[in-house]
Amino acid sequence: MQDLSLHILDIVENAIASKASQVAIRITEDLEKDQMIVEIEDDGVGIPRHLLGKVLDPFFTTRTTRRVGLGLSLLQQAARACEGDLQVQSEHGKGTLVRANFRYGHIDRKPLGDMASTLVALIVANPSLDFQYVHRKGDKAFCFDTTEFKGELEDVPIDHPKVVPFIRDEIKKGLAELGHFF
Amino acid sequence: MAKIKVEDLKKIKEEVQKATSLREGGKRVKATVHMGTCGIASGARKVLNALVSSIEEEGTQDVMVTTSGCIGICSREPLVTVEVAGEEPITYEYMDENKMRQVFKQHILDGKVQRQFALAKGLE
Repeated sequence: MQDLSLHILDIVENAIASKASQVAIRITEDLEKDQMIVEIEDDGVGIPRHLLGKVLDPFFTTRTTRRVGLGLSLLQQAARACEGDLQVQSEHGKGTLVRANFRYGHIDRKPLGDMASTLVALIVANPSLDFQYVHRKGDKAFCFDTTEFKGELEDVPIDHPKVVPFIRDEIKKGLAELGHFF
Repeated sequence: MAKIKVEDLKKIKEEVQKATSLREGGKRVKATVHMGTCGIASGARKVLNALVSSIEEEGTQDVMVTTSGCIGICSREPLVTVEVAGEEPITYEYMDENKMRQVFKQHILDGKVQRQFALAKGLE
């Protein structure tokens, strides 16, 4: 994975596979403490207690199509490469929280990448799910919530070809204000 | 923080409602971009966004875009499965943005299967 936005897309795909109806993506860039924190929280089926210790093992997967499960392990590796780490909290039946922290200014910290493409891909491919994106950087913040959009759109689908460019622009503008351009 | 411009959304909503009432419901094509870790690492997000942009440019409303996990053929990612209603699904391998745009124009819109990119016919 080249950047964090691809890792995030990958972890959110896990959340979708766990039958979540709401996924929250929270990014905090704490410049004072030199920390970057990425959190992905879902309300899916969660991970049974006896498997929780195994999910970070790259040779563990619940799939039968292949013998490796690299998503979480790769993000953990990316975090550990820059003095951070990754934790998974989960309660069976309630949901899962994945939290990765990085030393912000570490030379090996992957850049955020094209977060707008990640969010658009998630929204278009899963129009019935709700995504909440909260990005804080210093004292600035950008929030994006699909429930808010759906409320305005009423019976018009959020993945409609006329709506999607608008969503992409909103996200790009919001992230540009935080200094992320793509 | 950018504020959602309610008037803008309302305008889009009205336009869309007008167009929707003219067409029959239901989707004609389902396009699945395989978005496992392997797919994402080899460029599936670009492929999906190329498809979404093509749909926007064309204004197509009968194509459903969806994602799926890994099907175990990681070495041939990015994979995209195109399923036209009433026809057998076609899975395309080693996709990129240009191939996706070609598959959209030729297969999804015009019904011509792009054999040169195809991996398999039928269900996975």
